[in-house]
Amino acid sequence: MSGLAAARPESSAAARPALEISGLWKSFGQLTVLRGIDLTVAEHEVVCLIGSSGCGKSTLLRCVNLLEPIDAGRILVEGVEITAPGVDVNRMRRRIGIVFQSFNLFPHMSVLRNVTLAPNKAAGKPKAQAEAEATDLLERFGLADKRNEYPDRLSGGQQQRVAIVRALAMAPDLLLLDEITSALDPELVAEVLNVIRELARGGMTMVIATHEMGFARDVANRVCFLDGGVILEQGAPADMFSHPREARTQQFLERIIAAGRL
Amino acid sequence: MRGLGFGGPLDSGDSILRSGGRPPVRPRFDQSALRSTLVALISTVVFFAFVGFVAVNAPGWSAVQQSFFNGRVWQESVPDVVPAFLTNVQLFCIAEVLILILALAIAVLRSLPGAVLFPVRLITTIYVDFFRAVPGVLIIYILGFGIPGLGIAGVPTDPFFYAVVALTLVYSAYVSEVYRAGIQSVHPSQEAAARSLGLSQFQALRYVVLPQAIRRVIPPLLNDFIGLQKDTVLVSYIGVVEVFRQAQIDEAASFNFTPYVVVALVFLVITIPLARLTDWLVARDRRRFLASAR
Repeated sequence: MSGLAAARPESSAAARPALEISGLWKSFGQLTVLRGIDLTVAEHEVVCLIGSSGCGKSTLLRCVNLLEPIDAGRILVEGVEITAPGVDVNRMRRRIGIVFQSFNLFPHMSVLRNVTLAPNKAAGKPKAQAEAEATDLLERFGLADKRNEYPDRLSGGQQQRVAIVRALAMAPDLLLLDEITSALDPELVAEVLNVIRELARGGMTMVIATHEMGFARDVANRVCFLDGGVILEQGAPADMFSHPREARTQQFLERIIAAGRL
Repeated sequence: MRGLGFGGPLDSGDSILRSGGRPPVRPRFDQSALRSTLVALISTVVFFAFVGFVAVNAPGWSAVQQSFFNGRVWQESVPDVVPAFLTNVQLFCIAEVLILILALAIAVLRSLPGAVLFPVRLITTIYVDFFRAVPGVLIIYILGFGIPGLGIAGVPTDPFFYAVVALTLVYSAYVSEVYRAGIQSVHPSQEAAARSLGLSQFQALRYVVLPQAIRRVIPPLLNDFIGLQKDTVLVSYIGVVEVFRQAQIDEAASFNFTPYVVVALVFLVITIPLARLTDWLVARDRRRFLASAR
Protein backbone atom coordinates (compact mmCIF):
# COMPACT_ATOMS: atom_id res chain seq x y z
CA MET A 1 0.00 0.00 0.00
CA SER A 2 2.79 2.44 0.89
CA GLY A 3 4.15 2.25 -2.65
CA LEU A 4 0.79 3.40 -3.99
CA ALA A 5 0.68 6.46 -1.81
CA ALA A 6 3.69 7.80 -3.67
CA ALA A 7 1.73 7.65 -6.90
CA ARG A 8 -0.86 10.13 -5.65
CA PRO A 9 -0.82 13.46 -7.41
CA GLU A 10 0.15 16.60 -5.56
CA SER A 11 -3.42 17.92 -5.39
CA SER A 12 -4.47 15.34 -2.78
CA ALA A 13 -2.09 16.95 -0.32
CA ALA A 14 -4.36 20.04 -0.24
CA ALA A 15 -5.74 21.21 3.09
CA ARG A 16 -8.93 19.17 3.32
CA PRO A 17 -9.74 16.34 0.90
CA ALA A 18 -13.27 16.14 -0.46
CA LEU A 19 -13.33 12.43 0.24
CA GLU A 20 -11.13 10.30 2.44
CA ILE A 21 -11.61 6.53 2.65
CA SER A 22 -9.39 4.44 4.87
CA GLY A 23 -9.35 0.71 5.53
CA LEU A 24 -12.81 0.09 4.06
CA TRP A 25 -14.01 -3.52 4.25
CA LYS A 26 -17.34 -4.77 2.98
CA SER A 27 -18.79 -8.28 2.70
CA PHE A 28 -22.09 -9.65 1.53
CA GLY A 29 -22.53 -12.80 3.61
CA GLN A 30 -19.59 -15.08 2.75
CA LEU A 31 -18.46 -12.91 -0.14
CA THR A 32 -15.90 -10.24 0.79
CA VAL A 33 -16.01 -7.57 -1.89
CA LEU A 34 -13.82 -4.80 -0.48
CA ARG A 35 -10.65 -5.72 1.45
CA GLY A 36 -9.24 -2.53 2.81
CA ILE A 37 -9.79 0.33 0.38
CA ASP A 38 -7.74 3.50 0.93
CA LEU A 39 -8.62 6.41 -1.31
CA THR A 40 -8.31 10.16 -0.97
CA VAL A 41 -9.97 12.51 -3.44
CA ALA A 42 -9.05 16.19 -3.46
CA GLU A 43 -11.53 18.94 -4.08
CA HIS A 44 -12.24 19.45 -7.83
CA GLU A 45 -10.52 16.15 -8.59
CA VAL A 46 -12.01 13.59 -10.96
CA VAL A 47 -11.13 9.99 -10.10
CA CYS A 48 -12.09 7.10 -12.36
CA LEU A 49 -12.44 3.59 -10.95
CA ILE A 50 -11.72 0.84 -13.46
CA GLY A 51 -11.66 -2.91 -13.12
CA SER A 52 -13.51 -6.00 -14.29
CA SER A 53 -17.17 -6.52 -13.49
CA GLY A 54 -17.67 -7.60 -9.90
CA CYS A 55 -14.41 -6.08 -8.67
CA GLY A 56 -16.29 -3.84 -6.24
CA LYS A 57 -16.49 -0.48 -8.06
CA SER A 58 -20.24 -0.18 -7.56
CA THR A 59 -20.08 -1.48 -3.99
CA LEU A 60 -17.44 1.13 -3.16
CA LEU A 61 -19.64 3.93 -4.52
CA ARG A 62 -22.71 2.59 -2.71
CA CYS A 63 -20.72 2.48 0.54
CA VAL A 64 -19.64 6.11 0.10
CA ASN A 65 -23.31 7.05 -0.38
CA LEU A 66 -24.16 5.01 2.77
CA LEU A 67 -26.53 2.84 0.76
CA GLU A 68 -24.51 -0.12 2.05
CA PRO A 69 -23.42 -0.36 5.69
CA ILE A 70 -19.66 -0.96 5.90
CA ASP A 71 -17.92 -3.64 7.98
CA ALA A 72 -14.75 -1.75 8.86
CA GLY A 73 -12.97 1.48 8.03
CA ARG A 74 -13.81 5.16 7.87
CA ILE A 75 -15.25 7.45 5.23
CA LEU A 76 -14.84 11.22 5.58
CA VAL A 77 -16.54 13.76 3.32
CA GLU A 78 -15.20 17.32 3.60
CA GLY A 79 -13.55 16.27 6.83
CA VAL A 80 -16.76 14.93 8.42
CA GLU A 81 -16.80 11.24 9.24
CA ILE A 82 -20.03 10.03 7.65
CA THR A 83 -19.57 6.47 8.90
CA ALA A 84 -19.42 7.48 12.56
CA PRO A 85 -22.17 6.01 14.74
CA GLY A 86 -25.11 8.34 15.37
CA VAL A 87 -24.52 10.39 12.22
CA ASP A 88 -27.67 11.75 10.51
CA VAL A 89 -27.52 9.59 7.40
CA ASN A 90 -30.13 11.61 5.50
CA ARG A 91 -28.25 14.86 6.08
CA MET A 92 -24.95 13.29 4.96
CA ARG A 93 -26.45 11.84 1.80
CA ARG A 94 -27.62 15.28 0.66
CA ARG A 95 -23.96 16.24 0.27
CA ILE A 96 -23.15 13.18 -1.83
CA GLY A 97 -24.92 12.74 -5.15
CA ILE A 98 -25.01 9.38 -6.92
CA VAL A 99 -26.14 8.49 -10.42
CA PHE A 100 -26.93 4.87 -11.19
CA GLN A 101 -26.37 2.66 -14.20
CA SER A 102 -30.13 2.09 -14.59
CA PHE A 103 -31.11 5.79 -14.14
CA ASN A 104 -33.67 4.94 -11.42
CA LEU A 105 -35.85 7.93 -12.24
CA PHE A 106 -39.21 7.96 -10.50
CA PRO A 107 -41.57 6.79 -13.27
CA HIS A 108 -44.72 8.26 -11.71
CA MET A 109 -43.32 11.80 -11.60
CA SER A 110 -42.65 14.37 -14.29
CA VAL A 111 -39.05 15.32 -15.01
CA LEU A 112 -39.47 18.52 -13.02
CA ARG A 113 -40.91 16.69 -10.03
CA ASN A 114 -38.11 14.10 -10.20
CA VAL A 115 -35.63 16.95 -9.86
CA THR A 116 -37.49 19.01 -7.23
CA LEU A 117 -38.58 16.19 -4.93
CA ALA A 118 -35.43 16.04 -2.81
CA PRO A 119 -34.71 19.81 -2.66
CA ASN A 120 -38.34 20.33 -1.67
CA LYS A 121 -38.92 17.44 0.74
CA ALA A 122 -35.44 16.55 2.05
CA ALA A 123 -33.76 19.98 2.03
CA GLY A 124 -36.99 21.85 2.80
CA LYS A 125 -36.73 24.41 0.01
CA PRO A 126 -40.01 26.14 -0.91
CA LYS A 127 -41.58 24.51 -3.95
CA ALA A 128 -41.36 27.65 -6.11
CA GLN A 129 -37.65 28.08 -5.37
CA ALA A 130 -36.93 24.38 -6.00
CA GLU A 131 -38.78 24.56 -9.33
CA ALA A 132 -36.98 27.71 -10.43
CA GLU A 133 -33.59 26.18 -9.64
CA ALA A 134 -34.54 22.90 -11.28
CA THR A 135 -35.69 24.72 -14.41
CA ASP A 136 -32.34 26.53 -14.58
CA LEU A 137 -30.46 23.25 -14.27
CA LEU A 138 -32.62 21.50 -16.87
CA GLU A 139 -32.03 24.41 -19.22
CA ARG A 140 -28.29 24.21 -18.68
CA PHE A 141 -28.31 20.56 -19.75
CA GLY A 142 -30.65 21.01 -22.70
CA LEU A 143 -33.67 19.45 -21.05
CA ALA A 144 -35.86 22.52 -20.56
CA ASP A 145 -38.46 21.33 -23.07
CA LYS A 146 -38.74 17.98 -21.26
CA ARG A 147 -39.62 19.36 -17.83
CA ASN A 148 -43.24 18.20 -17.97
CA GLU A 149 -42.59 14.86 -19.67
CA TYR A 150 -42.63 11.55 -17.83
CA PRO A 151 -39.43 9.44 -17.84
CA ASP A 152 -40.85 6.71 -20.12
CA ARG A 153 -41.25 9.30 -22.88
CA LEU A 154 -37.52 10.10 -22.85
CA SER A 155 -34.59 8.38 -24.54
CA GLY A 156 -32.06 6.58 -22.36
CA GLY A 157 -29.59 9.41 -22.78
CA GLN A 158 -32.16 11.99 -21.78
CA GLN A 159 -33.21 9.90 -18.78
CA GLN A 160 -29.63 9.63 -17.60
CA ARG A 161 -29.13 13.39 -18.03
CA VAL A 162 -32.25 13.97 -15.93
CA ALA A 163 -30.81 11.62 -13.30
CA ILE A 164 -27.60 13.69 -13.28
CA VAL A 165 -29.60 16.91 -12.94
CA ARG A 166 -31.62 15.32 -10.14
CA ALA A 167 -28.40 14.59 -8.23
CA LEU A 168 -27.00 18.07 -8.97
CA ALA A 169 -30.17 19.75 -7.69
CA MET A 170 -29.05 18.94 -4.15
CA ALA A 171 -25.81 20.88 -4.82
CA PRO A 172 -23.65 17.97 -3.62
CA ASP A 173 -20.00 18.38 -2.57
CA LEU A 174 -19.22 15.13 -4.27
CA LEU A 175 -20.79 13.30 -7.21
CA LEU A 176 -20.56 9.52 -7.61
CA LEU A 177 -21.25 8.03 -11.04
CA ASP A 178 -21.84 4.30 -11.21
CA GLU A 179 -21.30 3.07 -14.79
CA ILE A 180 -23.78 5.62 -16.01
CA THR A 181 -23.38 4.79 -19.70
CA SER A 182 -23.45 0.98 -19.44
CA ALA A 183 -27.21 0.73 -19.99
CA LEU A 184 -27.26 3.14 -22.93
CA ASP A 185 -27.39 2.47 -26.65
CA PRO A 186 -23.95 3.30 -28.10
CA GLU A 187 -25.16 6.38 -29.97
CA LEU A 188 -26.51 7.88 -26.74
CA VAL A 189 -23.29 7.51 -24.72
CA ALA A 190 -21.67 10.70 -26.01
CA GLU A 191 -24.43 13.08 -24.88
CA VAL A 192 -24.12 11.76 -21.31
CA LEU A 193 -20.31 11.79 -21.28
CA ASN A 194 -20.32 15.37 -22.55
CA VAL A 195 -22.39 16.38 -19.53
CA ILE A 196 -19.75 14.83 -17.27
CA ARG A 197 -16.95 16.57 -19.16
CA GLU A 198 -18.73 19.86 -18.62
CA LEU A 199 -19.14 19.12 -14.92
CA ALA A 200 -15.43 18.28 -14.68
CA ARG A 201 -14.54 21.58 -16.32
CA GLY A 202 -16.82 23.29 -13.82
CA GLY A 203 -14.76 21.84 -10.97
CA MET A 204 -17.19 19.20 -9.67
CA THR A 205 -15.47 16.59 -7.51
CA MET A 206 -16.36 13.21 -8.97
CA VAL A 207 -15.67 9.54 -8.46
CA ILE A 208 -16.61 7.65 -11.60
CA ALA A 209 -16.88 3.90 -12.03
CA THR A 210 -16.65 3.28 -15.75
CA HIS A 211 -15.85 0.88 -18.56
CA GLU A 212 -15.35 3.75 -21.00
CA MET A 213 -11.54 3.86 -20.98
CA GLY A 214 -11.30 6.58 -23.63
CA PHE A 215 -13.53 8.76 -21.50
CA ALA A 216 -11.54 7.91 -18.35
CA ARG A 217 -8.29 8.88 -20.06
CA ASP A 218 -9.89 12.09 -21.24
CA VAL A 219 -11.66 13.32 -18.11
CA ALA A 220 -9.86 11.79 -15.11
CA ASN A 221 -7.13 13.41 -13.06
CA ARG A 222 -6.40 9.99 -11.67
CA VAL A 223 -7.34 6.41 -12.52
CA CYS A 224 -7.64 3.66 -9.90
CA PHE A 225 -7.58 0.00 -10.87
CA LEU A 226 -9.62 -2.14 -8.48
CA ASP A 227 -8.74 -5.81 -8.25
CA GLY A 228 -9.35 -8.39 -5.54
CA GLY A 229 -11.11 -5.85 -3.33
CA VAL A 230 -8.21 -3.37 -3.15
CA ILE A 231 -6.94 -0.49 -5.26
CA LEU A 232 -4.12 -2.40 -6.89
CA GLU A 233 -2.70 0.49 -8.87
CA GLN A 234 -3.43 4.15 -9.38
CA GLY A 235 -1.94 7.02 -11.26
CA ALA A 236 -2.38 9.68 -13.91
CA PRO A 237 -4.40 8.31 -16.86
CA ALA A 238 -1.52 8.68 -19.33
CA ASP A 239 0.76 6.53 -17.14
CA MET A 240 -1.92 4.01 -16.22
CA PHE A 241 -3.02 3.31 -19.76
CA SER A 242 0.38 3.33 -21.44
CA HIS A 243 2.69 1.96 -18.71
CA PRO A 244 0.70 -0.09 -16.19
CA ARG A 245 3.09 -1.54 -13.59
CA GLU A 246 1.05 -4.43 -12.20
CA ALA A 247 0.59 -7.61 -14.22
CA ARG A 248 -3.13 -7.72 -13.36
CA THR A 249 -3.59 -4.19 -14.66
CA GLN A 250 -1.78 -5.11 -17.89
CA GLN A 251 -4.02 -8.17 -18.36
CA PHE A 252 -7.16 -6.11 -17.74
CA LEU A 253 -6.15 -3.39 -20.18
CA GLU A 254 -5.16 -5.99 -22.81
CA ARG A 255 -8.66 -7.49 -22.59
CA ILE A 256 -10.17 -4.02 -22.90
CA ILE A 257 -8.05 -3.27 -25.95
CA ALA A 258 -8.99 -6.65 -27.47
CA ALA A 259 -12.65 -5.69 -26.98
CA GLY A 260 -12.02 -2.44 -28.85
CA ARG A 261 -12.91 -0.26 -25.86
CA LEU A 262 -9.60 1.65 -25.71
CA MET B 1 -67.38 -3.46 -26.75
CA ARG B 2 -64.59 -0.91 -26.73
CA GLY B 3 -65.96 1.02 -23.79
CA LEU B 4 -65.98 -2.13 -21.71
CA GLY B 5 -62.34 -2.71 -22.54
CA PHE B 6 -62.35 -6.19 -23.94
CA GLY B 7 -59.05 -5.39 -25.57
CA GLY B 8 -60.26 -6.06 -29.08
CA PRO B 9 -58.24 -5.26 -32.19
CA LEU B 10 -59.55 -1.69 -32.26
CA ASP B 11 -58.21 -1.00 -28.76
CA SER B 12 -54.63 -2.00 -29.39
CA GLY B 13 -54.65 -0.37 -32.81
CA ASP B 14 -55.52 2.88 -31.11
CA SER B 15 -52.57 2.80 -28.74
CA ILE B 16 -50.13 1.95 -31.53
CA LEU B 17 -51.39 4.95 -33.46
CA ARG B 18 -50.89 7.24 -30.48
CA SER B 19 -47.37 6.16 -29.65
CA GLY B 20 -46.05 5.25 -33.07
CA GLY B 21 -47.32 8.26 -34.97
CA ARG B 22 -48.24 6.19 -38.02
CA PRO B 23 -50.89 7.46 -40.43
CA PRO B 24 -54.43 6.48 -39.37
CA VAL B 25 -55.24 3.37 -41.38
CA ARG B 26 -58.04 2.04 -39.15
CA PRO B 27 -60.66 0.55 -41.45
CA ARG B 28 -64.14 1.94 -41.02
CA PHE B 29 -65.76 -1.43 -41.52
CA ASP B 30 -63.97 -4.55 -40.37
CA GLN B 31 -65.43 -7.68 -41.99
CA SER B 32 -63.82 -10.29 -39.74
CA ALA B 33 -64.63 -8.38 -36.51
CA LEU B 34 -68.28 -8.14 -37.56
CA ARG B 35 -68.41 -11.83 -38.32
CA SER B 36 -66.94 -12.90 -34.98
CA THR B 37 -69.37 -10.57 -33.15
CA LEU B 38 -72.28 -12.16 -35.02
CA VAL B 39 -71.09 -15.67 -34.22
CA ALA B 40 -70.71 -14.77 -30.54
CA LEU B 41 -74.19 -13.27 -30.47
CA ILE B 42 -75.84 -16.27 -32.12
CA SER B 43 -74.10 -18.84 -29.93
CA THR B 44 -75.08 -16.86 -26.80
CA VAL B 45 -78.73 -16.68 -27.84
CA VAL B 46 -78.82 -20.38 -28.70
CA PHE B 47 -77.20 -21.37 -25.41
CA PHE B 48 -79.55 -19.37 -23.20
CA ALA B 49 -82.59 -20.35 -25.25
CA PHE B 50 -81.67 -23.98 -24.67
CA VAL B 51 -81.16 -23.50 -20.91
CA GLY B 52 -84.47 -21.62 -20.68
CA PHE B 53 -86.25 -24.27 -22.69
CA VAL B 54 -85.02 -27.07 -20.41
CA ALA B 55 -85.98 -25.16 -17.25
CA VAL B 56 -89.44 -24.16 -18.46
CA ASN B 57 -90.23 -27.70 -19.58
CA ALA B 58 -88.99 -29.34 -16.40
CA PRO B 59 -91.76 -31.17 -14.46
CA GLY B 60 -91.44 -28.87 -11.41
CA TRP B 61 -91.18 -25.58 -13.32
CA SER B 62 -94.57 -24.17 -12.33
CA ALA B 63 -93.85 -24.75 -8.64
CA VAL B 64 -90.37 -23.18 -8.93
CA GLN B 65 -91.81 -20.26 -10.86
CA GLN B 66 -94.37 -19.70 -8.10
CA SER B 67 -91.71 -19.84 -5.36
CA PHE B 68 -88.93 -17.79 -6.96
CA PHE B 69 -90.44 -15.64 -9.69
CA ASN B 70 -93.82 -14.67 -8.24
CA GLY B 71 -94.96 -11.35 -9.70
CA ARG B 72 -97.17 -10.39 -6.77
CA VAL B 73 -94.52 -11.08 -4.14
CA TRP B 74 -91.99 -9.27 -6.33
CA GLN B 75 -94.11 -6.12 -6.31
CA GLU B 76 -94.52 -6.31 -2.55
CA SER B 77 -90.90 -7.00 -1.68
CA VAL B 78 -89.11 -4.51 -3.94
CA PRO B 79 -90.21 -1.48 -1.84
CA ASP B 80 -88.96 -3.33 1.29
CA VAL B 81 -85.74 -4.85 0.02
CA VAL B 82 -84.30 -2.06 -2.12
CA PRO B 83 -84.33 0.58 0.70
CA ALA B 84 -82.83 -2.02 3.05
CA PHE B 85 -79.90 -2.25 0.65
CA LEU B 86 -78.97 1.29 1.72
CA THR B 87 -77.82 -0.23 5.01
CA ASN B 88 -75.44 -2.47 3.04
CA VAL B 89 -74.21 0.51 1.06
CA GLN B 90 -73.50 2.40 4.30
CA LEU B 91 -71.78 -0.67 5.72
CA PHE B 92 -69.44 -1.31 2.82
CA CYS B 93 -68.68 2.35 2.22
CA ILE B 94 -67.69 3.03 5.84
CA ALA B 95 -65.87 -0.29 6.16
CA GLU B 96 -63.99 0.16 2.85
CA VAL B 97 -62.55 3.50 3.94
CA LEU B 98 -61.42 2.03 7.27
CA ILE B 99 -60.07 -1.09 5.53
CA LEU B 100 -57.98 0.90 3.05
CA ILE B 101 -56.40 2.88 5.91
CA LEU B 102 -55.87 0.03 8.38
CA ALA B 103 -54.62 -2.40 5.73
CA LEU B 104 -52.10 0.14 4.44
CA ALA B 105 -50.80 0.68 7.97
CA ILE B 106 -50.44 -3.08 8.47
CA ALA B 107 -48.71 -3.56 5.12
CA VAL B 108 -46.25 -0.73 5.79
CA LEU B 109 -45.46 -1.95 9.32
CA ARG B 110 -44.94 -5.46 8.00
CA SER B 111 -42.54 -4.21 5.32
CA LEU B 112 -40.27 -2.24 7.68
CA PRO B 113 -36.75 -3.66 7.91
CA GLY B 114 -34.51 -3.92 10.95
CA ALA B 115 -34.09 -6.27 13.89
CA VAL B 116 -35.52 -3.77 16.36
CA LEU B 117 -38.87 -3.86 14.59
CA PHE B 118 -39.20 -7.64 14.70
CA PRO B 119 -42.04 -7.47 17.28
CA VAL B 120 -43.98 -5.14 14.96
CA ARG B 121 -43.59 -7.57 12.07
CA LEU B 122 -44.52 -10.48 14.33
CA ILE B 123 -47.73 -8.83 15.57
CA THR B 124 -48.87 -7.78 12.11
CA THR B 125 -48.08 -11.24 10.74
CA ILE B 126 -50.15 -12.88 13.47
CA TYR B 127 -52.97 -10.43 12.79
CA VAL B 128 -53.03 -11.23 9.09
CA ASP B 129 -52.76 -14.99 9.65
CA PHE B 130 -55.52 -14.95 12.27
CA PHE B 131 -58.10 -12.95 10.37
CA ARG B 132 -57.49 -14.82 7.16
CA ALA B 133 -57.85 -18.16 8.92
CA VAL B 134 -61.06 -17.63 10.92
CA PRO B 135 -64.29 -17.50 8.87
CA GLY B 136 -65.67 -13.99 8.75
CA VAL B 137 -69.07 -15.09 10.02
CA LEU B 138 -67.47 -16.26 13.28
CA ILE B 139 -65.70 -12.94 13.79
CA ILE B 140 -69.02 -11.19 13.22
CA TYR B 141 -70.72 -13.47 15.77
CA ILE B 142 -67.99 -13.20 18.38
CA LEU B 143 -67.76 -9.41 18.20
CA GLY B 144 -71.49 -8.77 17.67
CA PHE B 145 -72.70 -10.93 20.54
CA GLY B 146 -69.58 -11.32 22.67
CA ILE B 147 -68.45 -7.76 23.33
CA PRO B 148 -71.90 -6.26 24.10
CA GLY B 149 -72.48 -9.40 26.19
CA LEU B 150 -69.65 -8.40 28.50
CA GLY B 151 -71.92 -5.64 29.75
CA ILE B 152 -69.15 -3.09 30.21
CA ALA B 153 -70.57 0.41 30.66
CA GLY B 154 -70.00 2.73 27.72
CA VAL B 155 -69.31 -0.07 25.22
CA PRO B 156 -71.55 0.32 22.14
CA THR B 157 -74.45 -2.09 21.77
CA ASP B 158 -75.43 -1.17 18.22
CA PRO B 159 -74.97 -4.26 15.98
CA PHE B 160 -74.19 -1.97 13.03
CA PHE B 161 -71.09 -0.78 14.89
CA TYR B 162 -69.84 -4.34 15.37
CA ALA B 163 -70.70 -5.18 11.78
CA VAL B 164 -68.38 -2.40 10.58
CA VAL B 165 -65.65 -3.43 13.04
CA ALA B 166 -65.82 -7.13 12.12
CA LEU B 167 -65.78 -6.55 8.36
CA THR B 168 -62.93 -4.05 8.74
CA LEU B 169 -60.82 -6.48 10.77
CA VAL B 170 -61.38 -9.40 8.41
CA TYR B 171 -60.93 -7.54 5.14
CA SER B 172 -57.93 -5.52 6.35
CA ALA B 173 -56.01 -8.78 6.62
CA TYR B 174 -56.65 -9.59 2.96
CA VAL B 175 -56.20 -6.06 1.68
CA SER B 176 -52.92 -5.59 3.58
CA GLU B 177 -51.53 -8.55 1.64
CA VAL B 178 -52.58 -6.88 -1.60
CA TYR B 179 -50.80 -3.69 -0.57
CA ARG B 180 -47.75 -5.65 0.52
CA ALA B 181 -47.53 -7.38 -2.86
CA GLY B 182 -47.64 -3.93 -4.43
CA ILE B 183 -44.90 -2.58 -2.17
CA GLN B 184 -42.68 -5.56 -2.92
CA SER B 185 -43.24 -5.14 -6.66
CA VAL B 186 -41.53 -1.74 -6.61
CA HIS B 187 -37.86 -2.37 -7.38
CA PRO B 188 -35.47 -1.71 -4.45
CA SER B 189 -33.46 0.60 -6.71
CA GLN B 190 -36.35 3.08 -6.49
CA GLU B 191 -35.99 3.32 -2.73
CA ALA B 192 -32.20 3.46 -3.08
CA ALA B 193 -32.51 6.38 -5.51
CA ALA B 194 -34.82 8.22 -3.12
CA ARG B 195 -32.62 7.57 -0.08
CA SER B 196 -29.47 8.54 -2.01
CA LEU B 197 -30.96 12.01 -2.51
CA GLY B 198 -31.31 12.42 1.25
CA LEU B 199 -34.98 11.55 1.63
CA SER B 200 -35.79 9.75 4.88
CA GLN B 201 -37.13 6.22 4.86
CA PHE B 202 -40.63 7.56 5.50
CA GLN B 203 -40.34 10.14 2.71
CA ALA B 204 -39.06 7.49 0.28
CA LEU B 205 -42.06 5.35 1.16
CA ARG B 206 -44.51 8.23 1.00
CA TYR B 207 -43.40 9.87 -2.24
CA VAL B 208 -41.68 7.12 -4.23
CA VAL B 209 -42.66 3.58 -3.20
CA LEU B 210 -46.32 3.81 -2.18
CA PRO B 211 -47.59 5.87 -5.13
CA GLN B 212 -46.18 3.27 -7.52
CA ALA B 213 -47.29 0.33 -5.36
CA ILE B 214 -50.88 1.52 -4.93
CA ARG B 215 -51.29 2.29 -8.62
CA ARG B 216 -50.35 -1.29 -9.42
CA VAL B 217 -52.79 -2.88 -6.97
CA ILE B 218 -55.92 -0.87 -7.76
CA PRO B 219 -57.50 -3.77 -9.72
CA PRO B 220 -57.05 -6.34 -6.90
CA LEU B 221 -58.24 -3.73 -4.38
CA LEU B 222 -61.43 -3.29 -6.39
CA ASN B 223 -61.78 -7.05 -6.50
CA ASP B 224 -61.67 -7.22 -2.70
CA PHE B 225 -64.14 -4.33 -2.55
CA ILE B 226 -66.62 -6.39 -4.56
CA GLY B 227 -66.10 -9.28 -2.14
CA LEU B 228 -66.75 -6.94 0.78
CA GLN B 229 -70.01 -5.73 -0.75
CA LYS B 230 -71.32 -9.27 -0.95
CA ASP B 231 -70.11 -10.17 2.52
CA THR B 232 -72.16 -7.36 4.06
CA VAL B 233 -75.10 -9.81 4.05
CA LEU B 234 -73.24 -11.84 6.72
CA VAL B 235 -73.96 -9.18 9.34
CA SER B 236 -77.65 -10.13 9.17
CA TYR B 237 -76.65 -12.86 11.66
CA ILE B 238 -76.17 -10.32 14.45
CA GLY B 239 -79.46 -8.54 13.81
CA VAL B 240 -78.58 -5.74 11.45
CA VAL B 241 -81.65 -5.34 9.25
CA GLU B 242 -79.96 -5.08 5.88
CA VAL B 243 -81.05 -6.34 2.49
CA PHE B 244 -80.73 -10.06 3.20
CA ARG B 245 -82.40 -9.87 6.63
CA GLN B 246 -85.25 -7.84 5.07
CA ALA B 247 -85.64 -10.51 2.39
CA GLN B 248 -85.82 -13.18 5.10
CA ILE B 249 -88.56 -11.19 6.83
CA ASP B 250 -90.49 -10.89 3.56
CA GLU B 251 -89.99 -14.56 2.83
CA ALA B 252 -91.36 -15.49 6.25
CA ALA B 253 -94.43 -13.34 5.61
CA SER B 254 -95.17 -14.63 2.11
CA PHE B 255 -93.77 -18.17 2.24
CA ASN B 256 -92.08 -17.32 -1.03
CA PHE B 257 -88.42 -17.06 -2.15
CA THR B 258 -88.92 -14.24 -4.65
CA PRO B 259 -87.46 -11.59 -2.25
CA TYR B 260 -84.10 -13.44 -2.45
CA VAL B 261 -84.15 -13.12 -6.22
CA VAL B 262 -84.69 -9.39 -5.74
CA VAL B 263 -81.61 -9.29 -3.47
CA ALA B 264 -79.56 -11.17 -6.05
CA LEU B 265 -80.55 -8.68 -8.74
CA VAL B 266 -79.68 -5.71 -6.52
CA PHE B 267 -76.17 -7.10 -6.03
CA LEU B 268 -75.79 -7.82 -9.73
CA VAL B 269 -76.70 -4.24 -10.57
CA ILE B 270 -74.09 -2.89 -8.13
CA THR B 271 -71.18 -5.30 -8.64
CA ILE B 272 -71.22 -5.91 -12.39
CA PRO B 273 -70.22 -2.34 -13.29
CA LEU B 274 -67.42 -2.54 -10.71
CA ALA B 275 -66.26 -5.86 -12.11
CA ARG B 276 -66.22 -4.39 -15.62
CA LEU B 277 -64.26 -1.39 -14.33
CA THR B 278 -61.74 -3.72 -12.70
CA ASP B 279 -61.30 -5.71 -15.91
CA TRP B 280 -60.90 -2.51 -17.88
CA LEU B 281 -58.19 -1.27 -15.51
CA VAL B 282 -56.35 -4.60 -15.73
CA ALA B 283 -56.52 -4.52 -19.53
CA ARG B 284 -55.33 -0.92 -19.60
CA ASP B 285 -52.36 -1.72 -17.34
CA ARG B 286 -51.42 -4.68 -19.49
CA ARG B 287 -51.50 -2.52 -22.62
CA ARG B 288 -49.32 0.07 -20.90
CA PHE B 289 -46.90 -2.61 -19.79
CA LEU B 290 -46.69 -4.03 -23.30
CA ALA B 291 -46.23 -0.55 -24.71
CA SER B 292 -43.39 0.27 -22.30
CA ALA B 293 -41.71 -3.12 -22.82
CA ARG B 294 -41.37 -2.61 -26.56
